[in-house]
Amino acid sequence: MGLDIEANEQLIGEILKAYPEKARKDRQKHFQVNTPESINSCTCTLKSNMKSRPGVMTIRGCAYAGSKGVVWGPIKDMVHISHGPVGCGQYSWGTRRNYANGMLGIDNFTAMQVTSDFQETDIVFGGDKKLEVICREIKEMFPLAKGISIQSECPVGLIGDDIEAVSKKMAAELGIPIIPVRCEGFRGVSQSLGHHIANDAIRDFIMGKRELAETGPYDINIIGDYNIGGDAWASRILLEEMGLRVIAQWSGDGTINELAIAHKAKLNLIHCHRSMNYMVTTMEKEYGIPWLEYNFFGPTKTAESLRKIAALFDEHIQENCEKVIAKYEAEMNAIIHKYKPRLEGKKVMLLIGGLRARHTLGAYEDLGMEVVATGYEFAHKDDYEKTFPEMKEGSIIMDDATAYELEELAQRLDIDLMGSGVKEKYVYHKMGVPFRQMHSWDYSGPYHGYDGFKIFAKDMDMTVNSPVWTLLKPGKSGLRHKEGAGL
Amino acid sequence: MKKDKLVIPDHNTLFATDPYVKQREGKKAFEAPCSEQETAEALAYSKSAEYKDKNFARTSLVVNPHKACQPLGALMAALGFEMTLPFIHGSQGCTAYFRSHLSRHFKEPTPAVSSSMTEDGAVFGGMANLIDGLENSVALYKPAMVAVSTTCMAEVIGDDLQAFISNARQKGAISEELPVPYANTPSFSGSHITGYDAMLKSIISTLYTRSGIEAAPGSGEGTGEKLNIILGFEPYTGNFAEMRKIMAAFDTAYTFLGDHSGNFDSPATGEYSYYYGGTKLDDVPKAAYALGTLSLQKYAVKKTLEYIGGTWRQQTVGLSAPIGITATDRLLEAISELTGLPVPAELTEERGRVVDALTDSHPYLHGKRVALVGDPDLLIGLVQFCLDTGMEPVHIVCSNGDNGFKEEVEALLASSPFGAGATVYIGNDLWHMRSLLIGEPVDLAVGSSHLKFAAKDAGVPLIRVGFPVFDRHHLHRYPLIGYQGALNLLTTIVNTVLEGLDEQASGFNHDLVR
Repeated sequence: MGLDIEANEQLIGEILKAYPEKARKDRQKHFQVNTPESINSCTCTLKSNMKSRPGVMTIRGCAYAGSKGVVWGPIKDMVHISHGPVGCGQYSWGTRRNYANGMLGIDNFTAMQVTSDFQETDIVFGGDKKLEVICREIKEMFPLAKGISIQSECPVGLIGDDIEAVSKKMAAELGIPIIPVRCEGFRGVSQSLGHHIANDAIRDFIMGKRELAETGPYDINIIGDYNIGGDAWASRILLEEMGLRVIAQWSGDGTINELAIAHKAKLNLIHCHRSMNYMVTTMEKEYGIPWLEYNFFGPTKTAESLRKIAALFDEHIQENCEKVIAKYEAEMNAIIHKYKPRLEGKKVMLLIGGLRARHTLGAYEDLGMEVVATGYEFAHKDDYEKTFPEMKEGSIIMDDATAYELEELAQRLDIDLMGSGVKEKYVYHKMGVPFRQMHSWDYSGPYHGYDGFKIFAKDMDMTVNSPVWTLLKPGKSGLRHKEGAGL
Repeated sequence: MKKDKLVIPDHNTLFATDPYVKQREGKKAFEAPCSEQETAEALAYSKSAEYKDKNFARTSLVVNPHKACQPLGALMAALGFEMTLPFIHGSQGCTAYFRSHLSRHFKEPTPAVSSSMTEDGAVFGGMANLIDGLENSVALYKPAMVAVSTTCMAEVIGDDLQAFISNARQKGAISEELPVPYANTPSFSGSHITGYDAMLKSIISTLYTRSGIEAAPGSGEGTGEKLNIILGFEPYTGNFAEMRKIMAAFDTAYTFLGDHSGNFDSPATGEYSYYYGGTKLDDVPKAAYALGTLSLQKYAVKKTLEYIGGTWRQQTVGLSAPIGITATDRLLEAISELTGLPVPAELTEERGRVVDALTDSHPYLHGKRVALVGDPDLLIGLVQFCLDTGMEPVHIVCSNGDNGFKEEVEALLASSPFGAGATVYIGNDLWHMRSLLIGEPVDLAVGSSHLKFAAKDAGVPLIRVGFPVFDRHHLHRYPLIGYQGALNLLTTIVNTVLEGLDEQASGFNHDLVR
């Protein structure tokens, strides 16, 4: 069944009527219905990476979330200071599920909340002296920490602290890298600038700083995989099976050493393009390392990506690649055989970060599901340009959609599954719309690679076809999902 | 269904399989990891007395604190009132964090908007954002009240909320009829409980002032308004239900000043509304007619109680969480004194049943050494529960407690031989608690999910109580206060102890009857 371009354009117009004039005009620019033209030429008239309207209930976060929460936080052998008041670090403590091996508090500092806990006096007199003491105390409390990053919260930038000077002084005193990151939450319009700032800090302070004893022709990096629920591990296994040598994982389960030796690789593979494209383009410029965006969601895209990767290497790797794909084929067929009939034709809506809103499309399609509307919190124009060709004609593409807009769309499009974050999740439970958190994998995962797809398929089925949705209204007339429910 | 059952290992088991174990070992070649010996030595050192001393000598570094920031509490306070939209003025990331944090605990939606200030806001101030934000949020979410709190950013640049809100009215962005209480809630002072207090006080005083009503304590007796009740920063929706039950037994009219149990425990019906339950806005000024106000979190709502005692000239009674028999007795006495009504027989009977349960379980509780973490009022309740049941508090850590709190807990501990072995730490964090648990072991750790790391390092079972509880479901739906709450807590604790006995049983003592 095709989607109706005109009807959907009208539907968006109706939804936006609720806004006051100024906000309505702005929000209008953030929607586009996919047409044959936009599919073929990637014409993107949709506006992105702009300020959110105040008061609309944006689902976006901030630059600190992009830096500490996404890019730096997963580096496991460094201590990351949430520098400023207590809240930011408290709310981002252990909630992203970026798994890391190691002993927490001994040689792994990921699921910890290390903060300078600013008080009024720090605001008045500045926090630089305190920061020096904190660095010393970290060295004493966590002697195996290989470095420290200072993740600035809003007040730090507003009161004019010189964290760069403190970092320099303390790095010399303590003999470990100390990296100042200016990711105050008010910078930029979303998490996105935080990613960029975090990338720049890696470039300026760690990239290219160490050597790799032995290099080889098959050395590659995994860039932009944060190992949510073990994603990077489920990806790495395929690359290694293919005969490639992964010398660095940025930044899920990553180490400072991996940040420092990555420039020795022959190829950069980038998964989350939005949050780490700055690094692959920098390494291309500085070291001539080519890069490739890949997609390990769903067997179709995974095989496609594996072949694209292999094509950049010799026949030996290409043969291995086919072997790897063949090895998992039967398992993938069994999964699809089981779950596709249960999910075929189900309508999905997504609003996620800056990548997964397009990267997961193939995985849904492998299960016969149709994404009728998709959008990002903080994507840029290039992300949208890559999205249009992946989506069906008449589907809705949206930017920084608000809570109100999403709820209206979900009802009017009569979707069968919503994928977004924890702030959105429980609203849809009330509405009786099956929901999966697509940031944290809803405490499941991994979803990457072949091992991940099995879990993805199982989770989508479990959610869409759970009998609990039939209980919302007493009596048979209340059943929302009549066919297939609970089978 | 069974015959096509596929085995699908997820992260819980997948990475323990051989290929992934090999991968993990292989990856180390690029990690420049510490040697096993170094790691083992560092672990041993982290458990030493020397380390503990250094840990307690920290002056500036904070590791795993047990407190959140003010606007989180302000948001919760706002959601305690009918059709009220929490509006947080400042950077938008804060609001995303508060909403996520509360939703992870309650497993419920947390509606709230931000004024989404950015760098130009830092330069020019946030007035335009506040005005546009009010206009947009009212148009979209149709609240009966907007409750404005602030983030660090707005506070550091010194935005003047009163002037901004008044300008918003002048510009027609919001109507004169819409109440917009506001509170200054910078994250660099206080914690989530002070933020709760600031917003609650602002809501109450704003609605009261706007109403034109003159406070007349006790005059409401004729209309049935005897008592106001404040639960405070309350992580348990079940505690509201328990208070309702108790007040129904007293058969007297009362007003909750702040009741977020509707918003944080709404039904799944197929439709979503942004607003569920809450104290009716009209009931707030009328609360000034009541005889008195009773709070179950006196440390959390200090300023609000001061306001009610001052401006409303009411008798105020500030308790802490009534956990256990003794504290619940005191709660019922307080209600009885404030209303002049006798303690209902049905509650006395319930008391008897719960005491009976305590007598059944006391052998497994007696002498158990306990570590406690939480907000001040919760800790006072938990300490009282321990003393009631013969458990011995050992380490009591309160990241957001003050000296007054410390003195009160110490006096409470001194009132019982079971309190003799306890030390109260204020302003400390869970990394301190780790050293305490390792250095001076206990049988049980009681606190939020955040305590799970230290508890695991020390090998102590964790009883999840307080806020936030992210990793267990529905505990907040069951009351912790009142006689029923005592039974709930008793059941959790005694069964954790019994579970431990089964786990440690060597064989012959894998007893069927305990």
